[in-house]
Amino acid sequence: MTAKWGLRSLAFGYLGLLLIAPVGMIFYKTFEHGIGPPLDAMTSPDALHAIWLTLLMVAVAVPLNTVFGVGCALLLVRHRWKGNAIIDAVINLPFAISPIVIGLSLFLLYGDQGWFGPTLAEWGIEVLFSVPGMILASIFVSLPFVVRETVPVLQEIGTEQEQAASTLGANAWQTFWRITLPAIRWGVAYGVVLTVARVLGEFGAVTIVSGSISGQTQTLPLFVAKSFEQFNEQAAYAGAIVLALLALTTLLLMSVGGRKAHATKEGS
Amino acid sequence: MGIAVEGARKRFGDFQALDDVSIDVPDGSLTALLGPSGSGKSTLLRAIAGLERLDAGQVVINGQDATATPAQKREVGFVFQHYAAFKHMTVFGNVGFGLKIRKWSKAQISERVHELLRLVQLDGLAERYPDQLSGGQRQRMALARALAVQPQVLLLDEPFGALDAKVRKDLRTWLRRLHDETGVTTIFVTHDQEEAMDVAEQLVVMNQGRVEQSGSADDLYDHPANEFVMSFVGEVNQLGDHFVRPHDIQVTHDPDDRAVEALVQRIVALGFEIRVELVVADGTEVWAQLTRAELQKLELREGQIVYLRPDRIKSFSGDMSLSDGLGASTPRDLPDDDDAEVTAAA
Repeated sequence: MTAKWGLRSLAFGYLGLLLIAPVGMIFYKTFEHGIGPPLDAMTSPDALHAIWLTLLMVAVAVPLNTVFGVGCALLLVRHRWKGNAIIDAVINLPFAISPIVIGLSLFLLYGDQGWFGPTLAEWGIEVLFSVPGMILASIFVSLPFVVRETVPVLQEIGTEQEQAASTLGANAWQTFWRITLPAIRWGVAYGVVLTVARVLGEFGAVTIVSGSISGQTQTLPLFVAKSFEQFNEQAAYAGAIVLALLALTTLLLMSVGGRKAHATKEGS
Repeated sequence: MGIAVEGARKRFGDFQALDDVSIDVPDGSLTALLGPSGSGKSTLLRAIAGLERLDAGQVVINGQDATATPAQKREVGFVFQHYAAFKHMTVFGNVGFGLKIRKWSKAQISERVHELLRLVQLDGLAERYPDQLSGGQRQRMALARALAVQPQVLLLDEPFGALDAKVRKDLRTWLRRLHDETGVTTIFVTHDQEEAMDVAEQLVVMNQGRVEQSGSADDLYDHPANEFVMSFVGEVNQLGDHFVRPHDIQVTHDPDDRAVEALVQRIVALGFEIRVELVVADGTEVWAQLTRAELQKLELREGQIVYLRPDRIKSFSGDMSLSDGLGASTPRDLPDDDDAEVTAAA
C-alpha cells in the first residue's frame, strides 16, 4: 500500500513539476490583472492575423495529411510489395529530422538558388516568406501522425470484413466508406488530433520559411516568440493561452465526439 | 448447373495450395470439402467466391464461366469462420448491408431483414451490436447476411470451427434444415469428418492440394480410394500392407489358419463402446472396437493371448503412401471384401 502511494505521489510530483507548474504559471501571469489586458493583447491586428494564419495552416495541412495518411496506410497494410519498406522509412523522416533542418531544406529547395524557386518565381508564385511555404512546412512536420496511428488499426481489423462486403456486392469505394473507414475511425481521429496539435505549435520549420513578418507571415507561435523577444510579455502569455486553448478544444471535441458515438451504440 | 471447378491451380510462394483440382457440385446439393489443414479446401472455396484468383483453371457457377468475375459480381453468399461481422453496425445493419448496396427501399429492406432474422431465429435482436451476441448468434447473423441477397450459391468456410461442441452440434442440424428450406446450392469446408458426414450429402476429400476422392459418406467409408481417405474418414488399423476398421476386427479364442495371434494390452471402456488395444506378434499395435456384450461373452482380460480375424480388409496396390496423390490406382480389394468396385475420385 505504502509503495503504491509512494509511486502515485512520485508520478504526480513529476507531472506537477514538469507540466502543470509551467502551464499554470502562464495562466496565472496572463490573468494576473484580470481579463482586460490579455483580451486587448489578442485583439490587436497582428495578433488576430496570427490566429487567423494559424487556423489557416490547420485548415489546409490537416485535411491533406489525413487523406494522404489514410491512403498511405491502406497502401502499406493492404498492398504488400517491396517498395513498402522504403515508403515506411521515408514517412518517419519528419520525426527523425529537427524542424529547423526541415525549414532549411525547404529554404534551399524553394530559394532563389534552389531547384524549384526560380521556376516558381517566373510563374509568379512566391513560396518563401509567404503562406505557401508555411503550409509546406506545416504539412512536412505533421505528415507521419495519421499514417502511424492508422496502420496498426488497419492491421488489427484484418481483411475479412472487407471481403464479406465484397461478396455482398459492395465495390471498393463502398467497402472503404461503409466498412473500412468506420472500423478505423478512432485511429484516424487520434492521428488527426496529433496532427492538429503539431501544426498549431509548429515553430522551427515555419520560422525559417516565413521570415516571421508581423501581420503577414506570423503564426501564433511566432507571434508569441516575437512578443517575448520584444519584452511584450502580456501579449506573449496571452498568445500562449490561446494556443493552449485551441489544442485543448481539439482534444475535447474528439473525446466528446467519441463518447457520443459510444453512448448511441450502448443505448440502442 | 450447380458449381463446377476445372483444373484449378493456385500457388502461394513455394506452397502449392491447389494442384489441378476439379470438382462438380450438383445444383441444390449440400457438399462438404473435407481435409486436414493445408489441404487446399479453404483456398478452393475462396476461389469459388472470387476472393482468391486462380493461377489456372476455371470456375463455372450455374452454367456461367465466373473465372474472371470479381467477388462483388458473383452473387455468392460467403460465411467466414470468425463471422466477419460488421462491428459498427447493428444486426439489422449487417443483414441489410447487401440490400442497401443493391439500393432496395427502406421498407423492402426492413421486410426482408426481419424475414431472415426469423429464419435464423434472431428476431428481437435486430438492434443489438455483434459484440452483444454469442458466437452461435453471430454466425447465424452472418448466415442471414449472406442469404439476404438471395445468392446463387452459399459458401461456408469452417462455419462452426470457432464454436464450442454443443453449439456446433445444434448448428449442424440447423444448417441441414435451413438447406432443406432454402434449397440453395451449398458448399462448406470442414476438417471434422464427423461434421461432414453428419451434414453433407456429398463429400470431397482433399489432401495436399488435390482431391483424393468424392462421393457420399457411405461411399467414402466403405470404398475409400486410398489409404489417406480410409484413415481420414473413420478409424483405421494397419496390418502389414492391409488396412482394417477397428469394428471389422473379430476377436476370438480359436486359432485358425486365417487368424492372427495377438496380446491384449489394454481394455478401455468408453461407455457402450469398448476399445481393446492389442499387439500382434510382429510388434504392430492395433485396436479393436467391441460392444460391452461382446467383451463379456469373450471374458477378455489384459495380458491374454487372443486370435484376430480381420474382416473387410483393404489393400491399396502399389507403394502408395499417405503423401501420394490420387489417381495412382484403384484400390484392390481383398477377396474378403464383398464388393470390389470402388468409386475413384474425379
